[in-house]
Amino acid sequence: MNMINLKIDDFDIQVPEGTTIMQAADKVGAHVPRLCYHPYLSTDGACRICIVEVEGYRNFVASCHTLVAEGMKVRTNSAELRQTRRDLTELLLDNHPRACLTCDRDGNCELQNLSYRLGVRDRLFAGDRKRFPIEKDNTAIVRDAEKCILCRRCVRVCAEVQGVYNLSQMYRGFTTVVAPAFESKMDESVCIMCGQCINVCPTAAFSEKSHYDEVFDALSNPKKHVVVQVAPAIRVAIAEGWDILGVDATGKTVEALRRLGFDAIFDTNFGADLTIMEEANELINRIEKNEKLPLLTSCSPGWINFMEHFYPEMIPYASTCKSPMQMTSTLVKTYYAQKKGIDPKDIYSVAIMPCIAKKYEAGRQEHFAPEGYPYTDAVLTTRELIWMIKAMGIDFVNLPDSDFDDPLGESTGAAAIFGTTGGVMEAALRTAILKLTGKKPENLDFYDVRAIEGLKEATIKINGMELNVAVANGLANARKILDKIQSGEKQFHIIELMACPGGCVAGGGQPHQPAEQFVYPLDTHIISQRQAAIYSIDSNKSIRISAENPSIKKIYKEFLKKPGSEIAHNLLHTTYSEKYPRGVK
Amino acid sequence: MRDITHLNITLDKSIVDYIEECRQKEHPESYLIAVLHKVQGIYGFLSEDHMYEVAHLLGVPTSTVYGVATFYHFFRLKPKGKYSISICMGTACFVKGADLVLQSFKNELGIDIKETTSDGLFSLEGTRCLGVCALAPVVTINDEVFGNVTPNQVPEILIKVKSIDKQAQ
Repeated sequence: MNMINLKIDDFDIQVPEGTTIMQAADKVGAHVPRLCYHPYLSTDGACRICIVEVEGYRNFVASCHTLVAEGMKVRTNSAELRQTRRDLTELLLDNHPRACLTCDRDGNCELQNLSYRLGVRDRLFAGDRKRFPIEKDNTAIVRDAEKCILCRRCVRVCAEVQGVYNLSQMYRGFTTVVAPAFESKMDESVCIMCGQCINVCPTAAFSEKSHYDEVFDALSNPKKHVVVQVAPAIRVAIAEGWDILGVDATGKTVEALRRLGFDAIFDTNFGADLTIMEEANELINRIEKNEKLPLLTSCSPGWINFMEHFYPEMIPYASTCKSPMQMTSTLVKTYYAQKKGIDPKDIYSVAIMPCIAKKYEAGRQEHFAPEGYPYTDAVLTTRELIWMIKAMGIDFVNLPDSDFDDPLGESTGAAAIFGTTGGVMEAALRTAILKLTGKKPENLDFYDVRAIEGLKEATIKINGMELNVAVANGLANARKILDKIQSGEKQFHIIELMACPGGCVAGGGQPHQPAEQFVYPLDTHIISQRQAAIYSIDSNKSIRISAENPSIKKIYKEFLKKPGSEIAHNLLHTTYSEKYPRGVK
Repeated sequence: MRDITHLNITLDKSIVDYIEECRQKEHPESYLIAVLHKVQGIYGFLSEDHMYEVAHLLGVPTSTVYGVATFYHFFRLKPKGKYSISICMGTACFVKGADLVLQSFKNELGIDIKETTSDGLFSLEGTRCLGVCALAPVVTINDEVFGNVTPNQVPEILIKVKSIDKQAQ
């Protein structure tokens, strides 16, 4: 590799050819201010905040996309550079609503943070401002184009990470707007509602459709029995709302929910164990009959949306299992309601999810009871729950620990890992091996499927049979693996697909990164800390195989009979259908 | 893998064939603008259905097709009127009050630039210099040229066009 010598500020540095000035400057500790740049996305050079001075160049250059050259002399700071960066930021603000106080990104907005750091204290440029209506009646994502600063991170994440290409830049000049094709509503586009646009947006141009007013209303309605469930990825991220990273806060989360006034607090992990029972049964059946392989997992509603818009021909291969959230909600309004003697119509069922697509999933007609009510009434993201806890003045950090309620509260380590990529696969393998061989796998840790990278393939040997498995996270990777199957290049028995890169821990509803200078949205350190916390929950559990969960055994004995039974089929399985508009492949 | 069985193709066969030809070349997506030109050439504008079909046939995301169609002024998203009114926005016409003439057309017709009246009779456009600066400000309606137009003359011009249209029927 050719090495390039250059000088940045007062430092001589040698970096490989192809390095950008920004990367080289980072190495000498000169963190050039930046806005549209994101390390996992292509560089766009849209915002011009990261300009630097290069000796002999007539103009400032954007350091994010200018490569180093031999003998270059770069200055990252000068009076003129600081003034220009400040002017550029002021111009962005000039075309931005003055709504910080009531904005839901107040406190962790990258634009707000940048303008504070660059010393913008006045708004000198008074000019016209772009006007767009807020698109707020969508089921999952609210689009507020007035807050958009055209950094195009959402366009890039949607295309490069998710392979959805739903967003693009429309028109030009002052009227430029980021929107789906034909400026249609997000609900009427090929949007798969993963919410990664919300995660990477430096402002609040995208945000979730909030359900917390409805939940507060239900909580104060004495006629309603309000039940809540908590997804596996919430407990390892919620403490970030109080700046604590990578801890398992299960006990405090349950206690906080109790203090918010929920009547019963259940665990989506219970539903995850149940999903494994049903899905392992489905997998074994399909392998025995050698039909509809590979089995595609169905826990991620973003992936399901993607399949329905982009790969409807793969629908027969998808597991018919409802997601853990829907399994739990369904049992709340059937099994639990019967046990408690409550009319299911009087139950308000809330789910705390790291996910935006869950808000859509909850409203799907397939997930309504025959009597016409939804099994899940409201879905709150991790962020919304943090706001609710803060709004109620609950001292989260100092709360005592509390336990989930019976009968839907007990779970295994296999369920805990649903929250991260590879987890559903690992959990399914543990139970499938037990069922196929009749004995517990010797080693419960399947490191081969713990996919830190976006796409992983492995072969697992069971009873002399070779099981080909694959794990994909981020839908651009899902595309790759599906195209491989469709071209006949590779055959698999089971594929785990997660819409979000890293799995649910990096879902669209997880806490935003703290507003610090060096932290990006979807920061790998933050995501890996959440994953580590999930694996520690798993390894600390005495029961780590779904089939051995006593509450699961009990519910099959009392209510569901056996995996794949008629009642299980009616309550715990679902159907999918082709969706329009169709995504371009 | 390309699957277009779900598409109800309404595009002219010559365009479908051209797209198929483009797909055999390197970087078929780079022919998007050429394809859109052909669509507008035949239909006079780019309808949503046609853009959707182009996206799927050429293998370019629908959002990209729409982004390109809205970026370039040449492309129209609505059909032209039977009478297409172009107001010259060149320097000479502009300094002699073309903007006021345009405003008068907008007021009379109740439409904006690049729009068409609901009866489909008139559409409005601003153009670059037409090369007849001596007649500034200049307006063309289809092939007919109107020179030295003042805002006050606009209602008259429209009445004239309407009566010609009636006679022709």
